Parts: sequence; structure tokens; C-alpha cells
Amino acid sequence: MSSREHILEKIRVLKLDQKPIPTIPDFGINEDLQERFRASISSNKGEMITAEALIFKIESGLFPNVFSTVSDFADFTNQPLPEDSHAFANLDLAILRGQFGVAENGAIWLEDADLKLRVIPFITEHLVVVLDKNELVPTMHQAYDRIGNAASGFGLFIAGPSKTADIEQSLVIGAQGAKSLIVVLI
Amino acid sequence: MINKPTPHIALFIPCYVDQFYPNVAIATLEVLEKLGCKVSYPTNQTCCGQPMANAGFERDTVGTTAHFIETFAAYDYVICPSGSCVLHVKKHSPKAPGLEKEQAALHDKIFEFTEFLTDILGIEKLAGRYPHRIGYHASCHGQRGLRLASCSELHEPPYNKAKKLLENLEGLQWVELARTDECCGFGGTFAVSEEALSVQMGKDRLEDHITHQVEILTGGDMSCIMHLQGIASRQKQSIQFKHLAEILNEAII
Amino acid sequence: MSHPHEAAEFLKDPAKSKWHDETLWFIRDKRDKMSHTVPEWEELRELASTIKDNVLGNLADYLEEFERNAVENGIQIHWAKDAEEHNEIVLSILRKKDCTAIVKSKSILTEECHLNPFLEKHGVEVVDTDLGERIVQFLNQPPSHIVLPAIHLKKREISELFHEKLNTEKGNEDPYYLTQAARHHLREKFLAAKVAITGVNFGVAETGEFVVCTNEGNADMGVHLADTHIASMGIEKIIPERKHLAVFLRLLARSATGQNITNYNSHFRSPEKGKEIHIILVDNGRTAQLGRENFRNSLKCIRCGACMNTCPIYRRSGGFSYKSTVPGPIGSILSPGLDLKKHSSLPFASTLCGSCTDVCPVKINIHEQLYLWRQEVTKAQGTSLKGLSMKMGNGIFKSPLSYNYSGKIMRLALKNLPTSMIYNPLNVWGKQRDLPPVPKESFKEWYQKNRK
Repeated sequence: MSSREHILEKIRVLKLDQKPIPTIPDFGINEDLQERFRASISSNKGEMITAEALIFKIESGLFPNVFSTVSDFADFTNQPLPEDSHAFANLDLAILRGQFGVAENGAIWLEDADLKLRVIPFITEHLVVVLDKNELVPTMHQAYDRIGNAASGFGLFIAGPSKTADIEQSLVIGAQGAKSLIVVLI
Repeated sequence: MINKPTPHIALFIPCYVDQFYPNVAIATLEVLEKLGCKVSYPTNQTCCGQPMANAGFERDTVGTTAHFIETFAAYDYVICPSGSCVLHVKKHSPKAPGLEKEQAALHDKIFEFTEFLTDILGIEKLAGRYPHRIGYHASCHGQRGLRLASCSELHEPPYNKAKKLLENLEGLQWVELARTDECCGFGGTFAVSEEALSVQMGKDRLEDHITHQVEILTGGDMSCIMHLQGIASRQKQSIQFKHLAEILNEAII
Repeated sequence: MSHPHEAAEFLKDPAKSKWHDETLWFIRDKRDKMSHTVPEWEELRELASTIKDNVLGNLADYLEEFERNAVENGIQIHWAKDAEEHNEIVLSILRKKDCTAIVKSKSILTEECHLNPFLEKHGVEVVDTDLGERIVQFLNQPPSHIVLPAIHLKKREISELFHEKLNTEKGNEDPYYLTQAARHHLREKFLAAKVAITGVNFGVAETGEFVVCTNEGNADMGVHLADTHIASMGIEKIIPERKHLAVFLRLLARSATGQNITNYNSHFRSPEKGKEIHIILVDNGRTAQLGRENFRNSLKCIRCGACMNTCPIYRRSGGFSYKSTVPGPIGSILSPGLDLKKHSSLPFASTLCGSCTDVCPVKINIHEQLYLWRQEVTKAQGTSLKGLSMKMGNGIFKSPLSYNYSGKIMRLALKNLPTSMIYNPLNVWGKQRDLPPVPKESFKEWYQKNRK
């Protein structure tokens, strides 16, 4: 008997009571979505700035190697999209478009089509996510309603810059992933 | 007050209260009498079986449980100045064969002292005077077991049955602690089997009260108080200890 | 060595144990504050608990549904009945890929299976990439907390360690500096690794996808740079539908660290072109626990660690005192299922205060199960109360303290104290506590004089 059969048999022989799946109420929040989203991003140590401010930052030469999938900032792209993810090891700034944001916790959803390469939001030194300000949902419940049956091979809820508190509970921004998360609402 | 016919209340006094803290039992009796209750103490009562069950021998307490049920069968209410004992009787005593009906009835009529006053006697406030700074120790079995007070873990509207009885006493100052409901570390046999931890937890609880200038540490379980008092006494800390029933008995006429 | 001994050792350093207690209490406090921002918090707990009840009652069907969907999406599924088989499967994939150096993100399951020493024995370098895990790996220690692996270490200790292992400046304890050193070191490993292993936070039966949650991004750095992603998943990590993720993700980070969500919540459904994803579904005692009616609920655990943060015993004795892969309250109800003898002191390493049960996001009745495991432990040990009370009587009266009390009182009061008090309980009590003053008469005596 394979392990698969063995395990499934061990479970089935118990003939456990089948308890029903509960209905999940439509929980929402009683706040202005943009306000709450902004507060969430801030508490996650992300930053929300205007498109103009972002352009200013880039033009001041802070980020030598830039890759943008967002047409508004396409001019700044000076790196081609590689075949091999390793090629982006020195990427300083990635600008991606998020599908929507979740107000209760600042999470932003991106799929393969938004990322181009899955490694980008992690390997880049700094990350910008551009989001339509009307594409905000209250909670994770509405978020998954919105994702629906979408079948992208990969999906990511990103809510802030990479961080850790593993050294004596001191919060450090910039562990293994991007050192910043900048959100531009347009 | 309860209306007629006057129910007959039986006092259930934990073994160590009977032996070491008779004043707590006397206070419990006297408070109930002052509130118009008819109270008796069945003298043939013994231990409820909690220490044995918590040590892993619940199955060996059938005899103790049966005796307990029989002792209190004839009474309308069984009142105990200890949350953990009441919780044990209701949750962890084994089934007593042949006494199913009586056991079920017992579970419905057994109450911890404070909840009996607030829930059954329906006391909203007590008139009396007790001008002291009081630190309340929420015994875990009473609080999270019998839900005598809201706990800091749950998202629920705050309530506290003991506070309800104490807060209107003239001059009484209810002191807020840094950690409102952390365990004192008594835990029954834990007090001896994990002595180092037990004492450290007790020391930390005491420090919380002492830092907040509590004059009298009170609660609904003498086991916790015995443990904390033992530490305070050894450390020569001048904080007093009284069971809630003692405070009420001193405060009300 | 049992828990009481380990705890006593831990407490021998009062400054460190106090710091450990306060640090974890701070996290418990953050969890409280964060959970209070969600008005429907208690409803969410109830929903999560009920969803998991449904999962456990239909586990085989969900596992098959999950497998079917995952395979259809291009993921390879393996089944391992125990730790050994899990490790062998990992090794065989590595051999096929001709890989001798891997990166691994946090997976308590791989700790449970002792994967690292197994792979190392077979010539594979394993780098744990969660910062806390890398730190304890350098120290040859297991994690002391399932979410905060290095919570028992101070930055001075980490600074010394990094000076030795990563050539950081001697004496530089700045957390940012140390984290950057680790970042550079781990980046090299990520860029070189062809195979990356992760755990699984949730596997969705409906879609065959699985979710990995991190704050550091280390799981993703590993898998997106590697060619092969191996995900180790306990069979109980299944949830029925994608929309249920909302319930669990709203509860998980808030319970674990007091954040409203982890930074990264990666949903894996199909591999990137040219790459592979493998899931290893692991039993290793889970079906046995499923068969234990009293302890089945422990399988609802989503490994948030909230019970550890709230436990006054865990905070004051540290994760290592449990000698169990998963320590703390949840570990004390899971581990006896795996080895009752080895872990027999764990259900007693508790005052049954119940705080763990009230913080558990899936409403596992942890303190109730601790009580029930105690009954199992004594049954397995074959002890009974009768035989012990004789020993007890002898033990107690050897204590000098007892002679300060009237024999009658001692006999009456202590005859009902069982088991663990057989070794001079009064002496143990009396180490750091006084006994209560002896009253002149018992209540019973007073009552008989004054009322009867």
C-alpha cells in the first residue's frame, strides 16, 4: 500500500462526523477606505507618496538601476526584463502596478501578469507599487471576492517593506526582501 | 434577597480553608446570613477531589465525588468560597454511577460565593464602608473557568462580579494593575512540582500589587492567596491578604 | 530531564528570565491591541474554529481534492507517512536535481522531521534563511519559539556570533548593522541555490494552491531564484476554499506578532516556466492524533505562537525547557501524542490558567487538553492514588516543618494531596514560601461549637 493510500485509509477508517462549513458574514469597515489604507501602509512602515514626489526621487539619482512595468514611469526603465531572475540581483528600483489594495491592513494584490517575474518585488532594493485609488476594498473578505476564480500561477499580497524583529525585538526594515515599499495612489 | 420559600443553602468549604483559614469560612457564612440566607454546613463533607484529578487521577475520585453528591443532595444551593473547587465539581468530576440525576442537579445548584451574590441573590450594590486600597487577584479557574470576570484575552465588554460587590463600598479604592489577570502560579500540585516557576510567578504578581501601592490583596480563592501570602511573608513584604468574603463581612452590617 | 528541572535552570538567571518574560508579554500585549481593532474578532475565531472542524471531519476528501487540483496546475504531490519518509523524499528530489546546497525558509514541520541533520549527513548544505532561524542554526540550537526562533537571545550574543561567523565588527550590536550583514550573506546563498524548501501556512483544497506567509521575504527570495521549490506541508494545513483564507489571514499575524498582516503572503498555484514545485504531504502522527477524540482539536493549530506568548510558564522557562519541537501550551498537547513517555512532564508544566485557550485564534481548548493528557500520563505510568498515599504519608512526616503543626491538622489537610507531593512537599513549599499560620481551631470545630 502506498503512503498515500495508507494515510487516506487511516483517516477514512475513523468515520468522523462531518461538521458543516460556516457562512462567512460580509464584514466591512466603517471608515474612509483611502484614509484607512494610508494608515495601514504607514503602520506597516511603508510610504505613500504622490507620483510627482516619486519622479523627483528617481530623477535625483537615488536609484541607478530601474525597471518599471507601469507606463506612467516607463521612461525610467533602464533594465530589460531578463529571462533569468538572477539578472535582477542589482536592481535598485522596481515599479509595479497592483490590482487593488486592502484598507484594513495595507495589503496589495499582484499576480504573475503584474509582476512579470515573481522575484522582482523581493530582489529589488526598493519597490514602488502603483495603485488606482478607486481600487481599494475594505477587508480581506472583499479582497478574495474580488480575486474570485482568477487562476494566476502565483499571487502575492504585499503589505510593506521586508522587515524583521529577530534581533532582540528591535524592528529592522530591510531583511531579505525590498528595503522599502512606496505606494503611489493615482 | 431571595423570596420565599426560603432556600436552604449548604456551605462547601475547601479542605485547606477548613484547616488553615476558618475565618474565611466564618465570613462566608456570616455574609450569607446577613443577606437573609438560611445556611448550614454539612459536617460530613470532604474534599471535592480536585487535587487528585488535576494530578491525573480523576478516575480514582469516583468515590469522593459520590460522597460529595450525597452530602449536598438535600440542599437547594451549594455555595463555596473557591472558584477552582466549584469549577472542578462542574467540569472535572467523574460521572458517579447511580447518581446521575443528583449529579446533574448539583451542577445546576453549586455556585462560587461572588457569583451567588451577584447572579442569584441579584445584588447590584452593597452598602458598607471599607476605606482601603484593594488589589484584586483574579483566580484563573474562577475567571476563565466560571467567567466571574471578563478576561484580557477576549474581546468582550468588561465585567467583574467581585468588583461589582466591592466598588460601592465607601472609601474603597480599586487599584488597577499592570497585568490584570496573569496567573499567580499556585496551580495546585504545580506549586510543589514546579516550585521555581510557581514562586517566580507569585513574586511577579506581588510586585505588581506592591508597585501600585495595594494595601490589601483580595480574591475569591484562598489557594492563590495562601501562595502569595506565603511568598510575601517570606520576603517580609507588608501587604495584607483577605478573602473577598472577609472584606464584605467587615464592611457590611 | 523534565520540564521542572529545565525551568529551574532557566530561572537561575533572574535578569534574563525577567527580560524573556517581558519581551514575550509585550508581544501578547501587541496582539491584544491589534485584535481590539477588529470588532468581529471573536466571530472570526469562531469561524476559523468551525472551518477547521469541517476540515478535520472531511480531511481525506479535501486532501484528494487538493491533490487533484494541484496536479492539474502542474504541481507534483508526494505523500510521506512519517518523518523518515519525508526526509527521503526531499533527498531523492535533491539527488535528481544534482543539488548539494539548498536554502530553507521557516518550516516547523521540517524541524519536526529533523530534516537538516539528515540532509547534512548526506552531504547537503542547508541554509535556514529566516534571520532568527539562521542565528540559531549558527549556534547549533533548535528554534526556541515557532514564530520568533531567536527570542531567547540578546543582541550582544548575536553580535558575538556574527563577528565569528560573518566577520562583522566586534562589539557592534546595532540590529540594523547585523541584519544587513545577514542580508548580504543570505543573498549569496539565495543566488546560488537551485532548490529551495518552504513550509506551508495554508493549502486550499478548492484550488490546489498553497500560501506561504513571511515578514522577511526569505521564502520568496529562495523559491523564485531556485529552479525547484519543495513545500513541506502537514496534512492538517488544508482549508476548504480560497475565500476562507480571508478569515485565517485576518487572524494569523494579529495573533502571532500583533501586526495586521505579514508583509508577504505568497499564493503558489503553478511553477514558473521551466521550474518545478513539489508538495510533500506529511502525516507523522497526525492521523493518530486525529483518532484521539480528546485531542483531535489540537490539529486545528495554525502555528501562530500566541499561546506561547501568553503562557506565564513559557515566558518564564523558555522554549528549550520543553524539549519538544513545538514548545509551549500547544506543544504540550501535540508532543505527548508523538511520545507520551518522553513528554510526560509537559501536561503538568501548567497551572491550567486557560489563557492559551482564550488567545487561540482557532479556539483549541488547550488547557482542557492539558488536563486530559494528565489523565493519560498517569494511566500509562500505571500509578494509582492508593499505592501512592502510603508513600506520601511517609514522605511528608519526614519533613521537619510538619512538626510545627498539630498532626491532626496536617493529616487532615494533606491526606488529599496526591502524587507530586510525595517528596517532602512541605520542604519544597517552604523553600521560598512560609506556610500559613495555624489557627486555633478548624472551621468545622468552630461551627460545631457556635452553630450546631
